[in-house]
Amino acid sequence: MSPSPMVQDLVLAAVKIALVVGALLGLFAVMTWVERRTLAFMQYRLGPNRTGPFGLLQPIADGIKLFFKEEAMPAAANKWGFLAAPVVAVSTALLAVAVLPYGPPFALPSWGLLPEWLRGLRVQVQIATIDVGLLFIFAITALGVYGIVLAGWSANNKYSLLGALRSSAQMFSYELALGLSWVGVIMLAGSFQIADIVNAQAGGFWRWNAFVQFPAFVVYFLAATAEVARIPFDLPEGEAELVAGFHTEYSSMRFALIQMAEYINMITVSVLAANLFLGGWHSGIPGLPSEGLLGFVWWGGKVAVLLFVFVWLRGTLPRVRYDQLMNLGWKVLIPVAAVWILVTATGVALFPSVFAVAGR
Amino acid sequence: MDAILFYASAAVAVASAVVVIAQRNPITSAFALIVTLCSLSVIFGLLGSPFIAVLQVIVYAGAIMVLFLFVLMLLNVRREEDSPLRGGRTLRGIGLALVTLFVLQAGFVLVRTEPGPALQFDASTRTMAGILFSAHFVYVFEATSVLILAALVGAVALAKKEP
Repeated sequence: MSPSPMVQDLVLAAVKIALVVGALLGLFAVMTWVERRTLAFMQYRLGPNRTGPFGLLQPIADGIKLFFKEEAMPAAANKWGFLAAPVVAVSTALLAVAVLPYGPPFALPSWGLLPEWLRGLRVQVQIATIDVGLLFIFAITALGVYGIVLAGWSANNKYSLLGALRSSAQMFSYELALGLSWVGVIMLAGSFQIADIVNAQAGGFWRWNAFVQFPAFVVYFLAATAEVARIPFDLPEGEAELVAGFHTEYSSMRFALIQMAEYINMITVSVLAANLFLGGWHSGIPGLPSEGLLGFVWWGGKVAVLLFVFVWLRGTLPRVRYDQLMNLGWKVLIPVAAVWILVTATGVALFPSVFAVAGR
Repeated sequence: MDAILFYASAAVAVASAVVVIAQRNPITSAFALIVTLCSLSVIFGLLGSPFIAVLQVIVYAGAIMVLFLFVLMLLNVRREEDSPLRGGRTLRGIGLALVTLFVLQAGFVLVRTEPGPALQFDASTRTMAGILFSAHFVYVFEATSVLILAALVGAVALAKKEP
């Protein structure tokens, strides 16, 4: 006896949500360890290596420590805003991951302990398949600013407020470049759905958008780095000038929530870059298969490389000045992205057969 | 399911809209307005147009409200000492709102005797939404922007202090 279609959908959705959120939280913990160890090796240190093998249990130790710390709140803080800000930050970070595909579609095995209706079913690890996938991510990214703004403003601390002001200016400047860098990719695929964009890049690495849309890829990567406020664009936190920026007054688990939101955003932009520009789960080399579980390997490898690049940048580059940041965003990235949209549109209009635009 | 979601988001939209005008702290008002816009977006989604729902969040909740907040925080606006909703003016305002609602409802009932189809136009895909905005409803769309401009001028005129 198999349950009704609605129950089937609900069960599948619940399993996917549990899988994705669980994997993200696990990856967040692992990334803190990877980041600290990698940075340490880049700076001729050892990093955390006492808790467990290679210090792998350090994230758990950090979590326990943060749980037992006092949750301080400034007396003059806006209470509700102060409490809501970390929640807003984490929930927007977790909302954006709902429309991302994680790996290729695959068929469930037709044996084992699976119930009847699940056997051989073709599924994809993607929570929501909606018509406007990429735009949804853009909308949620736009809302993500409010977590930071609320955190900085409600703490009633001048450093927090300055950090929040900086970050809102930075984020809405770079959001433009981020959105514009997607337009060429969307035009080539003829769809807002990320899975369609990935499949439009099948057939070889020269069809990846990182090569076909090289300027857009560069703009995307710089804008994404600024959007998630990583070094060299981490001016909202700039500890030399602003103590810790917008989260100066946060402690204990609220601080951990804000950190979690930042790491999840970093993972989101990496997954997005792998899907939009690096061919997603396609191997890119003709002859090398990318079906089934192998697709997960290719996809995971690309995401891992991108995450490593973020850590690498942090270990290598100094922070830019504020005027440099604004000049880069408004005078370089946005014009480059706009001209590139024009070039792509002209190419697609004049030689539709060369670009083989899908979905027309 | 749809009905529950609709009533929940409609209630949130109305409640946060009341907060927008009843709050003395302008930044709280701005955040309440963001909540209103997001719940309106949920209603658009329930009406079968995810594209317009997403645009609502990107344009209003994302872009415009960030600018509002940015300006409010830069200017460091203090809370208003005199609440706009106090004393006799509150009662008069509520009365006026009820009368307007009554007149509108009466007109609706008089003009239209039987309810029309719930959604005559299909805006479910981005293509259809684009056609609706740039072809079918282009005059309504432009007229709405003039209306918003008039509201803006009116707000400035009301807020400006007498010289």
